[in-house]
Parts: sequence; structure tokens; C-alpha cells
Amino acid sequence: MNRSFHKSQTLRFYDCSAVEVKSKFGAEFRRFSLDRQKPGKFEDFYQLVVHTHHIANTEVTIGYADVHGDLLPINNDDNFCKAVSSANPLLRVFIQKREEAEQGLATGSLSRRRKALALREEGPRRRAHLHIGLPHDFRPVSSIIDVDILPETHRRVRLYRHGCQKPLGFYIRDGMSVRVAPQGLEKVPGIFISRMVPGGLAESTGLLAVDDEVLEVNGIEVAGKTLDQVTDMMIANSHNLIVTVKPANQRNNVLRGSRAASGSSGRSSDSTASRHSLQAPAPHSLPADDMESDEEPDVVLEGDLEPRSMPRLPPGSLSRVNGAGPAFGLHGPGRDSRVLRLLSSFPPDIHHSLALPPGGVEEHGPAVTL
Amino acid sequence: MRRFLRSGHDPARERLKRDLFQFNKTVEHGFPHQPSALGYSPSLRILAIGTRSGAVKLYGAPGVEFMGLHRENNAVVQIYFLPGQCQLVTLLDDNSLHLWSLKVKGGVSELQEDESFTLRGPPGAAPSATQITVVLPHSSSKTLYLGTESGSVFVVQVPGFRTLEDRTISSDTVLQRLPEEARQRRVFEMVEALQEHPRDPSQVLIGYSRGLIVIWDLRGSRVLCHFLSSQQLDSACWQRDGRLIVSCHSDGSYCQWPVNPDTQQLEPLRSCVPYGPFPCKAITKIFWLTTKQGLPFTIFQGGMPRASYGDRHCISVVHNGQQTAFDFTSRVIDFTVLSEVDPAAAFDDPYALVVLAEEELVVLDLRTDGWPPVQPPYLASLHCSAITCSHHVSNIPLKLWERIIAAGSWQNTHFSTMEWPIDGGISLAPTPPQRDLLLTGHEDGTVRFWDASGVCLRLLYKLSTVPVFLTDTDPSEHLNAQGEDEWPPLRKVGSFDPYSDDPRLGIQKIFLCKYSGYLAVAGTAGQVLVLELNDEEAEHVVEQVEADLLQDQEGYRWKGHERLCARPGPVRFEPGFQPFVLVQCQPPAVVTSLALHSEWRLVAFGTSHGFGLFDHQQRRQVFVKCTLHPSDQLALEGPLSRVKSLKKSLRQSFRRMRRSRVPSQKRRPAGSPGEARAALRLAPPPQVPERSCRTERLGLQNMELAPVQRKIEARTAEDSFTGFVRTLYFADTYLRDIKEIQLMHRAPVVGILVLDGHSVPLPEPLEVAHDLSKSPDMQGSHQLLVVSEEQFKAFTLPKVSAKLKLKLTALEGSRVRRVSVAHFSSCRAEDYGEHHLAVLTNLGDIQVVSLPLLKPQVRYGCIRREDVSGIASCVFTKHGQGFYLISPSEFERFSLSTKWLVEPRCLVDSAETKNHSRPRNGSGPEKALGRARNSGSQSDGEEKRPGPVMEHALLNDERVLKEIQSTLEGDRRSYGDWRSQQVAMSQVSRPGVQAVR
Repeated sequence: MNRSFHKSQTLRFYDCSAVEVKSKFGAEFRRFSLDRQKPGKFEDFYQLVVHTHHIANTEVTIGYADVHGDLLPINNDDNFCKAVSSANPLLRVFIQKREEAEQGLATGSLSRRRKALALREEGPRRRAHLHIGLPHDFRPVSSIIDVDILPETHRRVRLYRHGCQKPLGFYIRDGMSVRVAPQGLEKVPGIFISRMVPGGLAESTGLLAVDDEVLEVNGIEVAGKTLDQVTDMMIANSHNLIVTVKPANQRNNVLRGSRAASGSSGRSSDSTASRHSLQAPAPHSLPADDMESDEEPDVVLEGDLEPRSMPRLPPGSLSRVNGAGPAFGLHGPGRDSRVLRLLSSFPPDIHHSLALPPGGVEEHGPAVTL
Repeated sequence: MRRFLRSGHDPARERLKRDLFQFNKTVEHGFPHQPSALGYSPSLRILAIGTRSGAVKLYGAPGVEFMGLHRENNAVVQIYFLPGQCQLVTLLDDNSLHLWSLKVKGGVSELQEDESFTLRGPPGAAPSATQITVVLPHSSSKTLYLGTESGSVFVVQVPGFRTLEDRTISSDTVLQRLPEEARQRRVFEMVEALQEHPRDPSQVLIGYSRGLIVIWDLRGSRVLCHFLSSQQLDSACWQRDGRLIVSCHSDGSYCQWPVNPDTQQLEPLRSCVPYGPFPCKAITKIFWLTTKQGLPFTIFQGGMPRASYGDRHCISVVHNGQQTAFDFTSRVIDFTVLSEVDPAAAFDDPYALVVLAEEELVVLDLRTDGWPPVQPPYLASLHCSAITCSHHVSNIPLKLWERIIAAGSWQNTHFSTMEWPIDGGISLAPTPPQRDLLLTGHEDGTVRFWDASGVCLRLLYKLSTVPVFLTDTDPSEHLNAQGEDEWPPLRKVGSFDPYSDDPRLGIQKIFLCKYSGYLAVAGTAGQVLVLELNDEEAEHVVEQVEADLLQDQEGYRWKGHERLCARPGPVRFEPGFQPFVLVQCQPPAVVTSLALHSEWRLVAFGTSHGFGLFDHQQRRQVFVKCTLHPSDQLALEGPLSRVKSLKKSLRQSFRRMRRSRVPSQKRRPAGSPGEARAALRLAPPPQVPERSCRTERLGLQNMELAPVQRKIEARTAEDSFTGFVRTLYFADTYLRDIKEIQLMHRAPVVGILVLDGHSVPLPEPLEVAHDLSKSPDMQGSHQLLVVSEEQFKAFTLPKVSAKLKLKLTALEGSRVRRVSVAHFSSCRAEDYGEHHLAVLTNLGDIQVVSLPLLKPQVRYGCIRREDVSGIASCVFTKHGQGFYLISPSEFERFSLSTKWLVEPRCLVDSAETKNHSRPRNGSGPEKALGRARNSGSQSDGEEKRPGPVMEHALLNDERVLKEIQSTLEGDRRSYGDWRSQQVAMSQVSRPGVQAVR
């Protein structure tokens, strides 16, 4: 999977209706064609591929090289259609055994992500080494939620910190806010974003900006609270921070009716965001499970009490847990025996809490020594 | 705006909450901070103390207390009771007069301010013309004579504060009435003394600062007599029969002037400099009191030889050839002498000297030889040595109580047997329902045991841990300090002694087992002492053990203080708590947590390095665990590492410079609190001390322009890795093997609790054995409750799986500072009660969080959020009350319970007290008692049911107690087949919880 792609292919022939497919599995190539207008279903395509490669009994993952040479996955009808329609002219398909794909991901998903960031800044020379992970390797970074119920002047932003190596990266300050009161405008104290850390999560989402007024933190109004209180609230919620702001720049507001806009990172996932927001901790008395789901469970260590200054796993195994934990929720149980083994060691409550709702990719896998 | 889901309110629960919880600040214990004035009413037998923050506190018989606060918050300069009335007048440093009265409402007296008044002079007069220096409430109780800086005496009618201008005695008037030869040279200057003739209300003594004293006839507006002294006058007083005047002067002398209107005295009858012949400081106040025996008492303040004893705060008593200069450890604010009240009596016959010093109240018995002090039942000087920690134990068994009192009585032999002489008013408060102890640890290595059952916080016993250690001070030094033949005849009195021989002796944690009488005490240098109560004096060796908390961790250097050196060989201990084991932690860091399990004979202790478990019966270390993390620099090097100490010393020298400037800004009482707070928060830049005050303020304004920012960043594992052990807890519950919980929200753990199968907190060790509690339910599954600064979490045992939680910080932005389990009884249903958690947050809020569901019940603002030391000092009792320090010397007592309220309820009646019938044994009138708080507590306007606490007084009765025990016994369950494991739980602020089997 760690391969490079080049755009230097020449056109062999040109047919408007058919798309030439060059499928590679290991060292073997197969060629066939598809109808550009009616590519069909992904399921059929998958059968066709395994059939042509004579690997019908093997679980495989399918990817293709897009126009930029990036490796993108084909695993549903939508991205299959996209792949076919964007083929220009050749559709290059890469097939890999699923176990191999997983392993590659397991050993390097975290370090790869970090490297990918660094590479982007280094320019085109190293561009060939850019990797695109499989979809379950993606996670939302931020989202705008509750667009339908908030006033247009307000924005509720959710920052997903888990699995993200970036700092949250912003500062807040006291300030005065102007409110419309029955007796005219009045000045009231408010909390404002005072600074963004370059490269931080908050800045990279593009959804928060300096001088935005903070109105709520995870559903709790900040009016009447001190700066220190709001700071403590934000830090206590930092694993799943939902900030309602009144942006200083009111020109980019989301118009009502349109679904939630995505952040400038282009990586936001908003499909489940508003549903999930209902699980934001409500003041007082939520069922335990609901509350458990938004935070990593505490770790219970057993055994003797020998001095253990760093009760953690070596970095590799830690990232293993971090990377694959959320994926478990997306793909259903029983997929990975390692994950299972890990989870079975947890008490049932924690086990349950790990089975996240789709899109709820905020679990930071716990560090466990058994 | 969208609302997040909120659970609906259950009206039945809301009603029940009202029956269970109620917040009141009930009484202030201890000695008022910065007292500034003393007043005494001989007819009411009530003492009044004014403070620099504008509070007036009244004290009578034990339990009779009132508190009032001036709106202005200015310092109270003088207090005068109106003769024979339940009224008093206060003079503040803004020159305003305030009239207060004790009014009876619903059977109890309340102190309230009636009116206030500022003296206005004629238009165009200098401000000094009306600056009041001295007040004389006339015996008619209708007028006040106000002496001023200009030398005029104004007359004001009370109540109403109407100035009677035609009766003003101006200095010009007096001058005109003086005989020719006295009229020369003298400027009158300010009025220093104003005294009514003891027998003739129409004569008033007026003393002027330049030394002139006149006796003024109020009816005839003429000078009856005048006396001229060569020295500046400080004060003057009459002899009881009015035939003699005694004046005291700035050169340390006092003079006696016979009063004879017919012959003018040019020279005093007798002039005396008691501590001459070398220059002496002024005698600022003098009492001249006659006795039946003939020889008078002369009691005066000051007058010490300037050069060698000018810095002493002394009051001298001279009588019958005896002379003692009582030497106070803090400045004397004022003093008074209690003597015969009946105006018809021929002699004063003084019986007590009451001295208000800056840090304590001292009363001396003048009737007993040697003038011994009288032990005060209230106004205890809590801060004799600074309070470093406190521990509350509820419901002390009678046996232990008596033994502690017996031990204390050994220490109180120097006190007079005189009954407390200030005994006005009647306390109507019910007898305290149970015996409660408050233990305070002090900087000098002592632990004081206070009776905290009722309104009066009374010292029972003082334990010193110092004899165990070798200290620099030689005990014999103190004995030599008072040679008999020395002059002046100084004698140290009072208990205020803020100087500690060795800061390492400071007490940091206390744990008392009320059933076994075992006490564990831990201090600043990692010392842990286990003590047991012995009624006899004993001499024995204290066994020493070292607990190496670092174990074999490498590369750590402790740069802090060294450990204390224990005294070798046998040590003699007085009756009381006597140490028998000394565990010294290595490195000798401050002990941060302590727990004692007297049934298992175990003591657990924790520092910033780890924790240990010691078996004090077998005298062996059971277990030691290091909790240190390599990144924790502070713990590694100790509090005195070089880098830090430089920073610290710089900061201190700046502070010193700033402080030294303060006295130059006279007339400013306490500094405006707002400014002080701003300065604290913004931490002014270091160049400030060199500049003037103005630039300091400018600097502050500049800082305001750049607002404070707070970084929002998730905590990482590294920043929360400190091995600081904040709490230790013993529990008898179920657990498989050893477990360690790591809280992923990474907040320090402040409390641990185990609930039994019925969700009832486990009883204390030995509580069940003494039949004072039901056995815990061992059948149902137990729950472990872990309280961190941010969250409350319940785990099921023995699996330790998460069950419930309350995320306090995420919801409110507040952090838990103190948590304690408390039992709340209903004020309606007699036998109904619930166990909940009482919580204090960093914002100074007090909350109740329910058990076992962890739902917030009520929240009350209690302590100002800026009052860090107040928040840090808070302790809860097991019945929903609590204490916190409002100043270094005062505990505020509060109550969250509707049922357990300890507050003053008292009656002061001028008619009743006038005939000197001394109320004894509190047999108060059985009136229907309405409710009124008189201690300045927060009023919620709600009427309270009278006296529900009374029934609990029955618990004092041993017979009733036995009955209750027998009913409990019938209800006891047998232990099931469950394998019960004995578990000690400890906690490190890593954050995490570790359990040790």
C-alpha cells in the first residue's frame, strides 16, 4: 500500500463511453472496462474484481488513484461512481488483502498522520509519498451543529480533540458585550476568544476566531461566570468541547435551511453531528451511559503495587489502541481479535461505552497494562 | 436559544429538601480580628468590643453574644454604654456617632443600630473643631458630652442626636470663667478627659491636653476648681467620693489633686513617676480605686522606662505594697476595671481587671493574691500560634470527654477559681445536643482541643508535640526570664505567642479516634506521631521508625528542610495524650494526608512522595509506596530549593518594603478591599516598590488595559502527574486483589468513600463495636465513591466498574476543595434522615450532593471566592455544620442542616439585670421563643420552628443512649458468608486511587 503514483501515463485510446480499468493485485495486473455513464453498483464491481483476480475467498480492500495521484478508497456506491466518473481516462485500481491493509495502518497510522502534515509543508518534492488512509482512519475534527435551532447570528462549534495530536489552541479573556435590552442597548460583561495558537485545532477548523464572544460551553451559559470558571469548564470538557459563539465576523453565517457547513479544513463530518449533539452533557442527572459516552473511561490497574512511574504502553502499542478503537464502533464487533481481547478485559460498562454511535469518534483509547 | 435537556423538578423532593437543608451562618468563634475599642456596662455586665472593620461584638454570660456591623465599615474608635440602659454609642474613625440598642423581639434580644450622627460645627470652623476625642454619656442617659480637638465640649441629646448648642462648653467660655492667674499662656488644645462627678451629676471634670483640668458646674456654667499640671495630660479620673482627682501624664507620672472648691491647689498633693527616675513613656490611662481595707488600687497603662522597656505593652497594678507590671505580648487596646456598681457603696472594691490586647482578652482576678488570670469562656485566642490545620470530631463519648477535660485541668492550675465576672444576660440556647470537639493544629507544634458543642468555643486541653524533639530553645531559659527581684516587676500574661521555635514542628494533619482514644498527628517535617490517652504522668521512650517513601528510586535530591531530631532516651509526658510511636517520612516533606484505623491498629500517612502504612501495635511498617513522578520537580527537591528560595526572598523583600510604607498613610483603616484584591490578582510588576504609590496605581491601570487571558488546553498526563497524596481512607469492603484507578480527566482526588449495600456510608472503625452504629450491610454490593476536584464518580465493588458520575467542573466551572459525608435530619419527621456529601468549591459555594445518585441538591454562597485562606480552612462536621476561618483568629460557624444549629439566643434586659440578680445555671424563662438571629447571619426571612434541637439534648442522658443502643442491637444483621476483605484505600492526586489489601 505504501506506493507512489505518477501522472505520467499516456493516452492509449480514447472512448467516450467506456472507462478503461487497470487493476493491480500484488504483482499482477488485470484490465477491463466499465461504462462511464452507468458504472453499476459497488457490490457488483467488488465481485468483478475478485473474480478477475481469482481471489474470491479473500477479503480485500479496493482503492484507486485519483487525478492528483492520491490513493482513495472504493468501498461504497458513491465513491465507486466518483472514481469511475473522474477517471481520466484510465481508472487505476489497487487491491490489497484486508489484513495487510490493516497491518499497514496499525503500525503507522499515527506517525503517518503526523508525517502527512509535515510533508504538505515541505512542498512538491516529497509529494509522491503522501498517503491517504482508508475511511475508517478519518475522524471528524470539528463541526457546526444545531444550525436549525440556533439564531443565525450564533454558531455552535464542536471540537473533536480525541485522536488529534494538535492542541486545542486558543485563549479566552474578559470583555464587554453589547446586548439589546428593553431599555435600549446595554453593556454586559462577556467572555471572548482572545488569541488562537497557530497550528492549533481551533485555528485549523476556521470556525472560531479572535473576538468571537463565547455564549455557552457544552450547553451551559457562561453569563454570570468568571473567566476562571469558564476556563475550568472548557478544560473539563476539552475531550468533547462544544462552544456556542457569536462570531465577531457575522458575514460568514450559515443561512437557515441549508445543512451545516463544513469547516475550511474540508474534513469536517456533519452527517451525524446534530444528532450527536443531543448527547452533549445536559445540566444534572443524565443517565450514566449517556454521560459515559463522551469521555474516556478511567483505567483500572490490577496486580501488585510495585512502583510504576509510567504505567503506559510503549508508543507503538498505544497508537494501536488509539487508532483502532474508534474503528471498532464503525465496523461492528468481532473484526479484530486484538481489539476484542482488549475490550474483554474491561468491565462491561466501559465495554459498552466503547460501542459508540456512528460518528461519535471521540473515544481516546485508554492506556492499559494488564 | 436551545435549551439542553433538564430533568423535571419533583415537587415532593423539593419539599423534602426544604425540610433537610437550610443555610445559616450562626456564630463567630474566637477573638475578633483587629479590635480597636472596648466598652463595658457595669449595670448590664456586658462587654463590647469594636473592630477596625466596623464590627461591634457584645459578650455577657457564656452564650450571650451579639454582633453588629456598621454600614460604613470604618474602624470603631470608642464604645460607651449609656448608664443603666440597653444602649451603647460607638464612635467611628470618620467622626460619626452611632446609637445601638438591644431590643427584645420574640423573647430574645437583638442588637440593632438605631441612628447615627456626625457633629457639625459652626459654619467656617476648622474640621478639628468637631473632631471628637472623648465622649461622656451623662448618668441622666439623656445627654452625651463630646470633647473635641478644638477644646470645646458639645452637648448632644439622645436619642435623636440633637445638638444642644446653648449648652456647648467652648474653651473660650472656660477661659473667661477661670481666675486671672490661671488664664495666662495656656492654650486649651484638645479635650483629653471628660468625667462626671461620681456623686454629683452636675459636676464634670474636663481635662485638656496641655495639662489643665477644670471641674465644671453644669448648672451654674462656672469653674468650680482648676488644676494646672506642668506636663501634658493623658487622662484623669475621680476618686469614688469625689474628693480626689488622679491625673496621668505624658512623662510617665501621675498626680493626685485634692478637690476643694474653697482652696485653689497650685501643686498636686502627690506626684509620682512609678518607673522613674529615667525617662518614661506616657501613662495613657489610670484607675484609682478605693477598698474597704483602706489602701487603694492604682491601675495604669504604660509608664515604662523609655529606653529599656519602652517597647513593652504593660498595665501596672499597685496595691498594698505590691506592684506588678502585666506584660502583654500584643499591643494593649484598652482596659477597664470591674468594681462595685452600687452608687451607694462607699468603696470601689475592684474585683477584676479586663484588658483588651490586640490579639487576646485577658481578665485578672484582683481579689486573689498574685492576681491570677481568669480563664475566659469565650473570645479564645485561636491564633495563639497560627492555625495550620483543623479536625472536627462529632459526638464524643462521655468517657473520652471527661478524660480530656481532666487532662486539661492539669494545665489550667494557674487560672483563678473566680467565676467569669462578665455575666450579663441570659443564654436561652438549648443545651448542646452532643459533645463535639474541634482540634486545631498550630505552627508551634501544639494541638488544641476545643469544646465546639455550643456557642462558646472553649479550650479544653492543649497538647504539645515539642517534647518529643530536640529544639534550639532550652526550656530552662523561660524560667530564668522572670527573676523575682527585677525592676520593673514584669509578669507575662496571656497566651498569644506567635513565635515558633522551629517551623518544622508545625502540625499539618490530625486524626482522632473517639472510641479508642488514639490520636495521630503529623507535621511539616514528615513526622507522624501516634498518641494514646493516659490519665497519669509518664516517662517513656518514644519508638522511632523511618519510612523511606522514595524506596529505591534513583537520582532524587531533597533540598528541603532536614527531618526533626528526636530526643533520645525517655521523655516525661504530662497526663493527656502521650506519644508512643514516631514515624519519620524520608524525605521529610510535609505530611499531606493521614488516617488512623484504631481497630486494625494502623496509621496511614501520605506526603508528596508517597504513602505508607504502619502497624502501631506491632511497631512495624506494613507497606510503603512511592507515588513520585520523574517530572515532579517540586516534590523531588523540596520547598526550599535554591531557585525557588531566591524568588521567594525577592518577593518577600518587596512585600516588606511595601508594608513599611503603609504606616505613613495614616488614618486609612484597613485599606479598601477592592484595591487589595486587584493588586493580588494582577501581581504588580517588580519595579513598583521603588516608585511612589501613584505609579503603582498607574501600573495597575495599565495592566487593566491588557486583559487577563486564560489558555484553553486539555490536560495531558504529564501536567497532572504529581505524586501528592491528598486523601487516605480505610474501608472494610470487597475488592479483588490490588486495584489502581487512573482518572482520565486528570484532576486530583480529594475524597474517597465506600457505601454499603444499602448505599449508606461505612461506619467509622469501632463505631459498630461500641454499638453506636448499625453494622454495615455486607450483602448488597458496595460502591466506591471517588471525588476529584472536578468530578464525583461511583464505582461498583469488587469489580471497580464505573457506575455513576457527576461532572461538577464541566457543568459549573467550580472545583471541589473540600468534601465530607454528613447526615441530614429532617426538621419535620423526627426519625428521618439522609446521608449526603457536603461540598465546598473553589468559588466558596457550599453544595450538597446526594448519595448514592450524585445529584446536586442545594447550593449556597458561603465564603468570598477571593478568601483563599477561608476556603482552605473549612472543615465540615458529620451533621451538616462547618467552620472556616474568617480571620487568623476567628472561626465562622455555619450550618447546612435545618436541625443542627448552634447559635446564640439570649436575653438582655436592663430591668432584670439592674438588681444584680446573677443568672445562674441558665434556668431561662420558659417563653415561646420566636426566632431571631443576632449574629449578623444571612436572613432568609423564613420562620423556623422553635426548639427542635431540644429533643436531642436527651442524648446526653446515658440511660436514653443505652435504650437507643439496645434497639439498634435488635436490628443488627449477621455477617453473611461473603468474604469480607479488609482494605485500605489511598489516593494520590495523580489522579488515581490505589487500594491495598
